[in-house]
Amino acid sequence: MTMHDRSLSRRSVLKAGAGLVIGAYVAARTPAFAQNQPAPQQVNIAPNTFLIIKPDSTVTVLCKHIEMGQGPLTGMATLVAEELDADWAQMRAEHAPSNPVLYKNLLFGLQGTGGSSAIANSYDQMRKVGAAAREMLVAAAAESWDVPAGEITVESGIMRHRSGKQGRFGEFADKAMQMAVPSDPKLKDPSEFKLIGKEGAVKRLDSVEKSNGSAVFTLDINEPEMLTVLVARSPRFGGKVASFDASAARKVPGVVDVKQVPTGVAVYATGFWPAKQGRDKLKISWDDSAAETRSTADILGEFRELSTKAGRVVKAKGDFDAAAADGGQLVEAEFVFPYLAHAPMEPLNSFIHWQGETASARYGCQFPTPDHGVIAEVLGIGVDKIKLQTILAGGSFGRRAQQSAQVARELAEVAKAFGPGRPIKLVWTREDDMRGGFYRPFGLHRMRGVVKDGKIAAWSDTIVGQSIMKGSAFEAMMKDGLDPTLVEGSNELPYEIANFKCEAHQVEIGVPVLWWRSVGHTHTGYAVEAFVDQLLEAAGQDPVEGRLAMMDKHPRHAGVLRAVAEKADWKGAKLETGRARGVAVVESFNTFVAQIVEMSVGDSGPKVHKVWVAVDCGVAVNPDIIRAQMEGGVGFALGHILYAEQPIDAGRPVAGNFDTYRSLRIDEMPEIDVTIVQSTEKPTGVGEPGVPPLGPAVANAMARLGLGRPRQLPIVPGAAA
Amino acid sequence: MAAFTLSINGQAHAVDVDPDTPLLWAIRDGAGLTGTKYGCGVAQCGACTVHIDGQSTRSCSLPVSAVGDRKITTIEGLSSKEGRAVQAAWAAIDVPQCGYCQSGQVMSATALLEQNKAPTDRDVDLAMNGNICRCATYVRIRAAIHQAAKSLEG
Ligand code: FES
Ligand code: FES
Repeated sequence: MTMHDRSLSRRSVLKAGAGLVIGAYVAARTPAFAQNQPAPQQVNIAPNTFLIIKPDSTVTVLCKHIEMGQGPLTGMATLVAEELDADWAQMRAEHAPSNPVLYKNLLFGLQGTGGSSAIANSYDQMRKVGAAAREMLVAAAAESWDVPAGEITVESGIMRHRSGKQGRFGEFADKAMQMAVPSDPKLKDPSEFKLIGKEGAVKRLDSVEKSNGSAVFTLDINEPEMLTVLVARSPRFGGKVASFDASAARKVPGVVDVKQVPTGVAVYATGFWPAKQGRDKLKISWDDSAAETRSTADILGEFRELSTKAGRVVKAKGDFDAAAADGGQLVEAEFVFPYLAHAPMEPLNSFIHWQGETASARYGCQFPTPDHGVIAEVLGIGVDKIKLQTILAGGSFGRRAQQSAQVARELAEVAKAFGPGRPIKLVWTREDDMRGGFYRPFGLHRMRGVVKDGKIAAWSDTIVGQSIMKGSAFEAMMKDGLDPTLVEGSNELPYEIANFKCEAHQVEIGVPVLWWRSVGHTHTGYAVEAFVDQLLEAAGQDPVEGRLAMMDKHPRHAGVLRAVAEKADWKGAKLETGRARGVAVVESFNTFVAQIVEMSVGDSGPKVHKVWVAVDCGVAVNPDIIRAQMEGGVGFALGHILYAEQPIDAGRPVAGNFDTYRSLRIDEMPEIDVTIVQSTEKPTGVGEPGVPPLGPAVANAMARLGLGRPRQLPIVPGAAA
Repeated sequence: MAAFTLSINGQAHAVDVDPDTPLLWAIRDGAGLTGTKYGCGVAQCGACTVHIDGQSTRSCSLPVSAVGDRKITTIEGLSSKEGRAVQAAWAAIDVPQCGYCQSGQVMSATALLEQNKAPTDRDVDLAMNGNICRCATYVRIRAAIHQAAKSLEG
């Protein structure tokens, strides 16, 4: 059979994969999934299933979201196991291959992971998969035992009938495959859940392999005849190769070839070290005629000037100017946010084996659908001739979610320049990663507020920043040319303020930018929560009570704020011990997080001792993973808010490694206390929402220590100076 | 290129590489053991941590020609009781997120426990602060080290 023959019966497709014995394809038949399917010939057919039950009764869930630490392998398996009534010990999970029909993200319409959407978009879908498989297994057992299906119970992976008959899934998997796939399988009532939301019921599926070195990341791929490739790219953004001399590079033992590619000059070698030595010996002259040549200081100057001018109005209510002219205290603040690298622990590696007519690629691929299309375009072969498999990624924080498939394109170009035949692993060094652009955008918020009669009477926020979506596959999500990620979180506040204005200047700069863990909320969360705290301070109000008083229409914000204040035993911002506390609450990706930090500032700089977190993410599917994401989100945010910055010097990114791009280390990690607020709302994500409140909570605590709220981040600059 | 014989996890591995090649790449590309990771190449992150004669060492910053016949242990060969206790605690507490830094974390934590049966928080800070975790799993790393130490008592 061929892998792209759609005429195959479902059963034969399921049988085609060795060990595939039962498939539940229910979700693919739901209307949401059936819309906008690509033409069949454009689809690379994978076993059309989310579920594999083997004769040994192991249940493997195919996860359409990439595992980059945030836990979807475990999350998807939890949802399936719950409805299947499986025993957790029999559950496994793997990444699904690239297939835009079967595995599309129901929120984006293409296969991809982002926006903390994995659980939100798969909650119903994967439960239905589990429930359908359960019904099919029960039907098979009923037929074998000649008893009514309704008399069979399933518990912890064992099917039983009161006659004493019992069996495990593996025994019935073959027969179950012949049963009709239920179109609308019955889901459990949440009161019947045994795994979802249950403490200790589920352990991460990938902890052991990630503790003994056996987990395979892209860097670990090794195939016979494989070449390792490093690309020398322009030191300035937008620079192009004018000419190059590779004679010295070619003399390095182990260097096999050197080719020009659109992004620079590629060195092909038998391993990393010869590739690196070869690259170091290249002599390249760059054409900077179209390159970015500004420095951070120039950009800041331009932003600052723009911020004093009226921008396009994103949202307005009441009349700010009238309120400002009507007495009261005018409070102003300017907040400046640096470019930030994601610096995932594993830099951006990728692998492809192009054999002329066909190709096979695998790497930590976060957006398979656009990547797949771009590889096909560059190699000039059909998407159906290319297998693309996502594997474990060593972190991402947004870096692998490439809006224009940059890595896939470079990978395919590098393969194309060499020619078909040999497997190719394209490796990025840490310096390539840090200096490779696609940063959290540089930005500035000019805030103005009016405090009158002990209340916040008016609010104005003028934002200057770059668009992430413009010119990318996501441009269609822009509204009237405005990138929503520039203003999300600033255009809608959880606070009732009578006179409100949010304006934006969207600026074009030649430094490529990208979503970075919590996207626009990385700066809007800070600007809004630091400024509201400043206004409340001016109004003589308590940071917690003052916020709650304006939050009538936002019960979930208020809920997490109350929960965190209670857990931290909040009694005001200033403590008697030389420490102070700061609070912030931010909603991002429909998840609500409030944090309270307790900190001091000593000779060695700011020290955050403890962070309390309260999170409302709807139904909490895996409580321990939620806690882990809150812990990680706090640590990630704290390291950047304190230390991180990618300065630009005449178009060149300066920081190249962790010596100049300082990362949080274990001795700087605060104690963390996480409260998960009970909720029956639909589940939402937790990968990103732990990040935004941390920065402003730190800023607010610093203000209460008499140091003011930092106006320009990072708080401790100079690592890269 | 030059031939070196490395003693890795009790086995002799012949590698033919440039003498300046960092041990990390001799282990990964030469001996084919990929559990040891590259994260920075400049002794900043600890992802490449191995034990050389029992000492935590950043393999990215040690030329293969300087190793001699010293005994190298990588994550694949970790078999001391401390190493097993650390790995068991790592899994029990679900320390890893992306997991990419964790080989190095486990190697550093094991070396700590091999030298100090009951480390304090300050000991943990000193032993572990050369290991960056971008996912910031530090709270659990600390908890798992204490749990492993406890499991080794008596
Ligand atoms: S790779 Fe050796 S310390 Fe980072
Ligand atoms: S677990 Fe991801 S870097 Fe440590």
